Amino acid sequence: MKKGLPAHFKDYRHVWVFIELERGHVHPVSFELLGEGRKLADKLGVQLAGVVLGPPGEATWFAIAEAFAYGADLAYIVETPLLADYRNEPFTKALTDLVATHKPEILLLGATTLGRDLAGSVATTLLTGLTADCTELDVDADGSLAATRPTFGGSLLCTIYTLNCRPQMATVRPRVMAMPQRGNNQVGRVVQHEVPMVEEEIVTKVLGFLSDGQSAKANLAYADVVVAGGLGLGAAENLKLVKNLARAIGAEYGCSRPLVQKGWMPADRQIGQTGKTIRPKLYIAAGISGAIQHRVGVEGADLIIAINTDRNAPIFDFAHLGAVTDAIRFLPSLTELFTHRLSPHSRDKLAN
Amino acid sequence: MHIVICIKQVPDSAQIRVHPVTNTIMRQGVPTIINPYDLFALEEALGLRDSHGGEVTVLTMGPPMAEDALRKALTYGADRAVLLTDRYFAGSDTLATSFALSHAIAKIGESFGTPDIVFTGKQTIDGDTAQVGPGIAKRLDLLQLTYVAKIASIDLNAREITVERRSEGGTQTLKSKLPCLVTMLEGTNEIRRGSLDDALRAARSQIVKWSAADAGIEDLTKCGLRGSPTVVKRVFAPPERAEKAEQIDTTEKTPRDLADELIAGIFSRQPGLENELAFNGGA
Ligand SMILES: Cc1cc2nc3c(=O)[nH]c(=O)nc-3n(C[C@H](O)[C@H](O)[C@H](O)COP(=O)(O)OP(=O)(O)OC[C@H]3O[C@@H](n4cnc5c(N)ncnc54)[C@H](O)[C@@H]3O)c2cc1C
Repeated sequence: MKKGLPAHFKDYRHVWVFIELERGHVHPVSFELLGEGRKLADKLGVQLAGVVLGPPGEATWFAIAEAFAYGADLAYIVETPLLADYRNEPFTKALTDLVATHKPEILLLGATTLGRDLAGSVATTLLTGLTADCTELDVDADGSLAATRPTFGGSLLCTIYTLNCRPQMATVRPRVMAMPQRGNNQVGRVVQHEVPMVEEEIVTKVLGFLSDGQSAKANLAYADVVVAGGLGLGAAENLKLVKNLARAIGAEYGCSRPLVQKGWMPADRQIGQTGKTIRPKLYIAAGISGAIQHRVGVEGADLIIAINTDRNAPIFDFAHLGAVTDAIRFLPSLTELFTHRLSPHSRDKLAN
Repeated sequence: MHIVICIKQVPDSAQIRVHPVTNTIMRQGVPTIINPYDLFALEEALGLRDSHGGEVTVLTMGPPMAEDALRKALTYGADRAVLLTDRYFAGSDTLATSFALSHAIAKIGESFGTPDIVFTGKQTIDGDTAQVGPGIAKRLDLLQLTYVAKIASIDLNAREITVERRSEGGTQTLKSKLPCLVTMLEGTNEIRRGSLDDALRAARSQIVKWSAADAGIEDLTKCGLRGSPTVVKRVFAPPERAEKAEQIDTTEKTPRDLADELIAGIFSRQPGLENELAFNGGA
C-alpha cells in the first residue's frame, strides 16, 4: 500500500499527538493518545512527538512536561498570545505550518469540539485524509496506519487507510483508548517554532467564556462510577431513582438517547455513539436495552451491571452481571443496601 | 441575506440491519430521513431569513432520490433547492465531498447571489465525522464557527455575527464576520411545521439539478473515490463478547435479597471498589 506513495512524501516520519490545551488545561484525551501513539511509534521504529500550541507561560510549558511524562520523545511548540483561547484561524495556521515544516507521518488529535474543528481544517488545507472517531489504531506490515472506526451507527466497524497522502490523520474520542501510566520523565527535546501571525489578521474574536464549572457535564466521561437510566424507567420522575443511587455511591449519572429526545435529561448526559464515551470501573444500566449505539459508548467499562425486566435484552450480551427485574421497584432497595453497606457505622462493625 | 444550507439524506440507522452471513448492510426497505442535525441548522436558517429577510437555498449532494430530502426541506419553508448529483461523486470521502459541495456553493453564489452564511449540521448520523463543514469552510476560505448552540446576533450593516459555541467544559462567545460557515448543534431550536402554502409550493417547485460539470467542476480526479485519500479496506461486525452476563436468579427473592446478592457480586468481582465507593458516596 505504501509502495505507491509519491516521492515527496517519503521523508514524512514520526508520530505526532496534538496536545489539546484550552485555557490552561490539558485535555486528558491527549494522554490517552500519547499512549496509543507510543505503540505506533515503537512499531514503526520512529519517534513520538507532542505538539503544543499555546500562549507564552507556565501552563504551556507544563503541557510539554506532561507530554514527556506520558511518553513523548520530543515536543514541538508554537507559543504566542494569539493561541490563548481556541480559535480556528490561528490554530489551523500554526498546526499546518508545523506539519509542513517538520513532516510527520501520522498526526493524532482528540475528537473533542476543539480537535474536530481543527482536524477538519488542517486536513483540508493539507489535502490529506482524516479518519474520524477511531476506536483502534494499528500499523500494518508495510507501515501504513490502519484506523478502525464504527460505521452505520455502530452496527459495523471499518478499517480505513490514507493512501498517497501525508500525514495520515485520525481523531479518537475521549475515553476510547486506555489512559497510559504516567512516568517520571518530564524533560526532553523541545523544538520551538515561530509562526508569523498578528492579532489584526485574525477576524474572529473571543468575547467571553462561560465555564460549566464543576458540573458533571465535564466529568461524566472521566467518572469512575456511572449509573444510567433508560426508557425502561417509564417516566421522567423515575430518574430520581437513578440520581439517588448515584449520590449514594458517589457516581455520575447519565442516560440513553431517548431520554434526551424526550427532554428528560440534557444532551450532555447522553451516553453512547452520539453522546459520551465512558470508561468507568463500574457501570450500572437500569432499564436500558443495550442497543449497539449505546453499547459502543460503554464497552470500555471494567464492570457492567444490567437491570432489565427482559432476560433477552441485548444488554445482557455485553454486561458482566445482571438482575432480571423491575428497575423502578428495585433501585430504591439497591440504593438503601448500598448506603447501608458503605456507611462508616456498618463498616466499623465489620472491621470489629 | 442569502443563506445556503447543506443537508444530507441518511438512512434511518436505527432501522439498519446487518446481514448475519455476509456482514453487509441490508438497506432494502430502510427509510431515509434528513440528517437530524441538519434540521436544526435548517430551522436556524429559516428563522434568520424570517427576521432579516432574504432567501434560503438548500443544497444536497447525493443520488437522484435525494430529491426527496430537498422537497421535504422546501415544505419546511426553504426557498430553493439544489441537487448535486453525478456518478463521479460516488465513493467520496469527506475531502472529496467538501470539494464537490464547495464548488456547488460557489456556483449557487454566482447564480443566485453570494451567500452570507453557509450552514451545516454539526455532523451526520451515518458518517459521524463532523469534517465536511470545516472542509467546505477551508475550501471556500470562509470563517468557520462550529458547534454553535445559538446565533446571538447578526449585524448585516457591519457584516458581523456573534455566536455561542460549545467547547469542552464551557461555552465560548465568538464575534466574527460574514460571510462565514456555521455548524449547528442539536436541540437548540424547535423545528417548525411547514405551512400549507409551503407544502403546495414544494410540490410545484422545480429542483435545480446539477452535474459535476454544471457546478463548474473541471478536475474530476478530485471527486468521488479517485479524489478520496482515505479508502475503506475492510468492513466487519463488532466482535461478540465471549461470555454473556451472569443473570441473578430473581425468583422468590425480595428486592432486598436481590440487592444484597447484586452488591456482593459487584464487590467480589471488583474488591477494590468497596473502599472507593464508601469514600466517595455522599450518603
Ligand atoms: C444515529 C443514532 C445514534 C444513536 N446514538 C445513541 C447514543 O449515543 N446513545 C444511546 O443510548 N442510544 C443511541 N441511539 C438510540 C439507540 O438505537 C436506542 O434506540 C436506545 O439506546 C434505546 O434506549 P433505551 O434502551 O433506553 O430504550 P428501549 O430500547 O426502549 O429499551 C428499554 C429497555 O428497558 C427495559 N425495561 C422496560 N421496563 C423496565 C423496568 N420497569 N425495569 C427494568 N427494565 C425495563 C426493556 O426490557 C428494554 O430493554 C442512537 C440511534 C441512532 C439511530
